[in-house]
Amino acid sequence: MSEIRDLTCIGCPLGCSIQVTLENKEVKEVRGNTCPRGDAYARKEVTNPTRIVTSTVRVSGGKSIMVSCKTAEDVPKNKIFDVTAALKDITVNAPVHIGDILVPDVAHTGVSIIATKNVEKAD
Amino acid sequence: MYDVAIIGAGVIGSAIARELSRYQIHACVIEREEDVCCGTSKANSAIIHAGFDATPGTLKARLNVRGNEMMDTIAKELDVPFTRNGSLVVCTKDQDRSGLDKLMEKGSANHVPGLRILEREELIKMEPNLSDDVTCALYAPTGGIVCPFHLTMAFAENAYDNGVSFYLNTEVTGITRSENGYCIKVNRKEGVCSGTPLDPGTHTIETKAVVNAAGVYSDVMNNMVSGQKLSITARKGEYMLLDKSAGAHVSHTVFQLPGKMGKGVLVTPTVHGNLLVGPTATDIDNKEGVNTTADGLDYLGKTAALSVKDLPLRQVITSFSGLRAHETQNDFIIGELADAPGFFNAAGIESPGLSSAPAIGEMVAGMIAEKYALEKNPDFCATRKGILRPETLSLEERNALIRKQPAYGNIICRCEMITEGEIIDAIHRSLGARSLDAVKRRTRAGMGRCQAGFCSPRTMEILEREVPMSMFEITKNGGKSKFVVGQNKEI
Amino acid sequence: MKAYDLVIVGGGPAGLAAAVSARDHGIESILIIERDKELGGILNQCIHNGFGLHTFKEELTGPEYAARFADQVRERQIEYKLNTMVMDISQDKKVTAMNREDGMFEIQAKAIILAMGCRERSRGALNIPGYRPAGIYSAGTAQRLVNMEGYMPGKEVVILGSGDIGLIMARRMTLEGAKVKVVAELMPYSGGLKRNIVQCLNDFDIPLKLSHTVVDIEGKERVEAVTIAEVGPDRKPIPGTEIRYTCDTLLLSCGLLPENELSRSAGVELSPVTSGPIVNDSLETSIDGVFACGNVLHVHDLVDYVSQEATTAGKNAASYIQHGKTKDAKIVEIIPEGGVRYTVPKFVRPTEMEDKLTVRFRVGAVYKNCAIATYYDGTLINKRKRPVMAPGEMEQVILDKSKLAEFPDLSKITVRIEEA
Repeated sequence: MSEIRDLTCIGCPLGCSIQVTLENKEVKEVRGNTCPRGDAYARKEVTNPTRIVTSTVRVSGGKSIMVSCKTAEDVPKNKIFDVTAALKDITVNAPVHIGDILVPDVAHTGVSIIATKNVEKAD
Repeated sequence: MYDVAIIGAGVIGSAIARELSRYQIHACVIEREEDVCCGTSKANSAIIHAGFDATPGTLKARLNVRGNEMMDTIAKELDVPFTRNGSLVVCTKDQDRSGLDKLMEKGSANHVPGLRILEREELIKMEPNLSDDVTCALYAPTGGIVCPFHLTMAFAENAYDNGVSFYLNTEVTGITRSENGYCIKVNRKEGVCSGTPLDPGTHTIETKAVVNAAGVYSDVMNNMVSGQKLSITARKGEYMLLDKSAGAHVSHTVFQLPGKMGKGVLVTPTVHGNLLVGPTATDIDNKEGVNTTADGLDYLGKTAALSVKDLPLRQVITSFSGLRAHETQNDFIIGELADAPGFFNAAGIESPGLSSAPAIGEMVAGMIAEKYALEKNPDFCATRKGILRPETLSLEERNALIRKQPAYGNIICRCEMITEGEIIDAIHRSLGARSLDAVKRRTRAGMGRCQAGFCSPRTMEILEREVPMSMFEITKNGGKSKFVVGQNKEI
Repeated sequence: MKAYDLVIVGGGPAGLAAAVSARDHGIESILIIERDKELGGILNQCIHNGFGLHTFKEELTGPEYAARFADQVRERQIEYKLNTMVMDISQDKKVTAMNREDGMFEIQAKAIILAMGCRERSRGALNIPGYRPAGIYSAGTAQRLVNMEGYMPGKEVVILGSGDIGLIMARRMTLEGAKVKVVAELMPYSGGLKRNIVQCLNDFDIPLKLSHTVVDIEGKERVEAVTIAEVGPDRKPIPGTEIRYTCDTLLLSCGLLPENELSRSAGVELSPVTSGPIVNDSLETSIDGVFACGNVLHVHDLVDYVSQEATTAGKNAASYIQHGKTKDAKIVEIIPEGGVRYTVPKFVRPTEMEDKLTVRFRVGAVYKNCAIATYYDGTLINKRKRPVMAPGEMEQVILDKSKLAEFPDLSKITVRIEEA
């Protein structure tokens, strides 16, 4: 059985309109993308959609009370809320630097939460 | 037991409180909102009328002219921004100019000084943006503009400093006669406020005399004790406030020839340099109905264009509406009730209420002083310092101030260039600010073109630290107007 | 009075890139003045990813993108002052600024780069009727509260405006536990990027109602309900189409305005279309030696373009400082037509410009399968097909110095949208 899915690529701000042809849930053709990232995005989006999740966690003893963070890699789309829930009670100590691992293997995704901002110790 | 309890901390209640504090008296003010100046006093034209509009012989006529006269002294004593910018009532070519003559006659009967009728040629030199249809105008040089927030706060702070208690966040729920006067049932609401401390919950305040300055609710207060019923209609007036870049579009207060529903739409600079357009006049049956309407705002733009051309309406930074307390008798209702001795009304105070406030204060305090043979308060201090505006200082003075108090070097509101020092002053002075709107009314932080988009989180930090209070207690203007509802991921 | 060769007003992405570029073009004496407590500007509160694909060939979050440029500034030991507000700029390039430590002070600059960014349109500017309770925030204010301070402004949210900040905040509030009930957009198209519709709204089943606006706000103390209605082609609400949403929060994401109060008082000529300064090919304003870049010049869709533009401004400011004012050169105006709302720059000096000049602009409506055409006087020079153009996204054309040299008597350049 063949199925056509229309997607908007989120790989970059261009937002290309992509058509994916599926046959028996397998990708047969990707059309409309203007770069290889679009092809990769489309194939993943129809089989195993993933997202980078960005959020914040609390910092103690820092110049700011929050530090922004993200998943180091994509996580499955249906895990987004599990990831944010796992950050609810996390507090990290200053200093924190960009790339520091704040939570390893967040919500059993195998992906770490890393800091996206430098927060130095309060004076 | 108080000698006098004043209901309402608007400009009228506060003016009466200040005048009463000239005497040896135990007085209090009861206000249901968390700050002074939260009702009609905060949303009006911010005009000190010259006094030519009211019917000769009425209280409105007499008290307006007297209030106008008193303003120079009050502005000086209480450090309130006030400018006599002069007002114009313009007549357009399809209007009957005899209307201006009638106004001029009324003005003369009311003893308004300096009135003149100006022809277009002279007019257009004074006010180049008048519409092409304007043919002539009545000019009143004594007309002025004032900051109604600062005027009310100045009266209230000065009264408080001279010993008057202020129960904010305290709603009057009932008034009954007692042996020596009146028992006022009140409910102190939850929430942080300044003024005289009181535990949340119901209390009874006993007093010999009551002053009813309850604005649109003054009929409710009156009708609790008197058989002479009052009926106050809330008459809604909608306004648009324009950015300071439009503030010089006119320099005088430009009225239109009055119609049936009040003074028409005026265009005026404000004392802070914005441009104000309004009001509409719609009678409504909801005493809390301070919403603006699409029709109202639309009407303002169209009607204002009759007198002033090229109004830069794209520069509107906010719109608001206020309620005038219109009483059926069409005059201020001031004085002691025949059937309720010791109960003094200051009711039905619609326009020109702000202009008349100083005179109403004087009049009501005078009546009370006479009735109770009050003696002068030898410790009364007539002066009050407003919030220091660093921009009024020389560079040397300003830098000396910053060296002493570095907070004056830290700009919080970038639109109005308001410093942390001014906000701290607003919080720590008598009857200090406890909400974002209270800070705004005192300092103008958040009143500019971004409408607090940038500064509200920073003002909240300052309130949290200085009061101190929790972020979850901080409101826009008291009650349930909380600004944040929880921490991230916790709601 | 202190003196610097170059004073940069604003330490956000534009100011930082301009400073790096000016230093790399030989200017030693540079001061960046930033009003916030850290470098990076609004990027610090834009914690979502999607920044930097053009500049760094990878997807960064806002704070990461800002940190890359802040690091470059620190590596070059470029001076900056934080928590410092510029109070005034004079026509002769005296900058008055203030902070807690130095008080109010003046700096004489040889050149100035304006990089103050933009602000959000407020509720008042939108003339939305109704009550004025707590619970109405610009999307950016909510973003700061949630991302920087850790506080939630509300639980049940209606968003007016589908600008990118509004879309991003729809997702952000949802992830933090709030319920976003609807995003209403006055125009028949979204003001944000397509990918943000997908990953911020569609991912979370948040409805987007195009051609809708807020017609009433209820609640005296805190927002209790918001009513939206469909609008007709005249953008006026259609009676009978009202939908009422109970909610405690209304977020506004209805456009950004360049913040040019300082520029205006300095006497810089501003464009009524962009609200930003009118500039020539070197991004110089109507005042010699005063340059502008980033969102203070015109509101950008991508920060990468801000950085590119700022790099150009920094280089040209350096050249101005080193060589002084360019001699009077012939000026050609770029005329926006047929759907092109404006161009930045507005003026080109064919003898002074770079070999290739990027001219950026926005269109006034959605165009499908159209082309961007460039004319030198009546001659068609270039026609480039575009499958889709929308007001939410910037477009560009490149002008070629050598081509322009073939038209010595050129009186105007026209950029217009045509059928493909």
